[in-house]
Amino acid sequence: MGRERGAILAIYKVQGRERLSTLILEPPASSAKTEPTMTDTAYDVAIVGAGIVGAACAEEFARRGMRVALVDRDFVGGGATAAGMGHIVVMDDSEAQFALTRYAQRLWQSMRADLPDDVEYEQSGTIWVAADDEEMAEVRRKHEYYGTRGVPTEVLDALELKKLEPNLHEGMAGGLLVPEDAVLYPPCAARFLVEKARQHGAALRLGKAAVQAGRGVVGFSDGSPISAGLIVIAGGAWAADLMPGVEIKKRKGHLVITDRYPGFVRHQLVELGYLKSAHSVSGDSVAFNVQPRKTGQILIGSSRQYGAEHAGVDHDILDRMLLRAEQYLPRIGTLAAIRTWTGFRAATPDKLPLIGPWSGDSSLLLATGHEGLGITTSLGTARLLVDQVTGAKPEIPAEPYSPSRASQEHVDA
Amino acid sequence: MPSEITLRVNGEPVSVPRGATVAVALAIRGQPCRKSVTGEVRGPLCGMGICFECRVSIDGVPHCRSCQIACQPGMDVRTDE
Repeated sequence: MGRERGAILAIYKVQGRERLSTLILEPPASSAKTEPTMTDTAYDVAIVGAGIVGAACAEEFARRGMRVALVDRDFVGGGATAAGMGHIVVMDDSEAQFALTRYAQRLWQSMRADLPDDVEYEQSGTIWVAADDEEMAEVRRKHEYYGTRGVPTEVLDALELKKLEPNLHEGMAGGLLVPEDAVLYPPCAARFLVEKARQHGAALRLGKAAVQAGRGVVGFSDGSPISAGLIVIAGGAWAADLMPGVEIKKRKGHLVITDRYPGFVRHQLVELGYLKSAHSVSGDSVAFNVQPRKTGQILIGSSRQYGAEHAGVDHDILDRMLLRAEQYLPRIGTLAAIRTWTGFRAATPDKLPLIGPWSGDSSLLLATGHEGLGITTSLGTARLLVDQVTGAKPEIPAEPYSPSRASQEHVDA
Repeated sequence: MPSEITLRVNGEPVSVPRGATVAVALAIRGQPCRKSVTGEVRGPLCGMGICFECRVSIDGVPHCRSCQIACQPGMDVRTDE
């Protein structure tokens, strides 16, 4: 029995490899006809990194008629895209963060009708849970802030909260319901965006790692270089490996997923203390953040660590994270967890992404540093980047995300 | 101490020898355990707590492995219908 099973697995792996190799495409037919020489560029844009940000950029550039190559050392939607929760959330840590998350959320909403079922887009809403009166004051501030900026929210008292989420701890003071927040399944969302890009002629090269990028060329350790007028670095937490001057740090996170318990929670539930803990600039932290999946499974987060470079589970911080969840959902400990994993967010010093030209090389653009908000902000990032390239006026100011704000000392990096 | 105990499977009484697992009670009834995500009928496969195919609800707790839990008098076992 065991031997047969091993054989089946081996075949599966071989098939997986074959499937990967068939996805490594040649340049689109239109550009192949021009027989590129050393001075020609095969593509208008080469995008390094096929996570959700790279996928969104590929779709946006290709749809505008540009010749796009999208490359990734592994596969579409790996990295942080595969590790994250997929919470489409409006945040108000700063005006710039609010502007980008809201702008991007509306882009997701406008795409909603086209999303295939496997993207599992659900507008389940977020409830920011207030544990005490101090946090209720924050609920009212947030309600006011969102309201004056056109985001509908609803203040919940203790009784209303209990009615919406009966499994929450008795002692909660209330919460803020943000009904337009949503959840989706990020790897399938990335795949969908890549498919759309390919329909517009984008080429995809997977399984080869870019080792050098600049002056209009992306070089690989194994494989011929790609030349392009523009290069977009969308490598998430690994962007700094390719671009040593970029101020990105890996910020590790853990997630746990349970078996199926439909209805155990009904909204994405996030503690308001999250504002204090998740966005402290240094130090390890955990926060209560759980999400109902369409399958009835519950995703349990969240943790944040700097300086933890190994991908294995850290049991101390995992314990802290689950104990935090239990303080809010006393019965969550009775559910069966089926898997735990980690991922690396791309964190910047000022908690805003890097979107736009990279000083010192006119061919280079950055689209990274999205920390825990890359799934939400991917579509907004792509629009802002394309607007900058085409000279169109962006719908929100692009300056707060300009890479030059954070890296003036790296002018010729 | 009686050598047999009685529990309920989907509301119906079943008698089993003391020490039998819930999977045995289900086998006596010819009752599968659960349905997969795609609606396929599932039952005990490994019999040793590894495969998770034999999950049932016991006294209101979902996802209990029936092959690992001894029957108790009056236990309320529910399978996917």
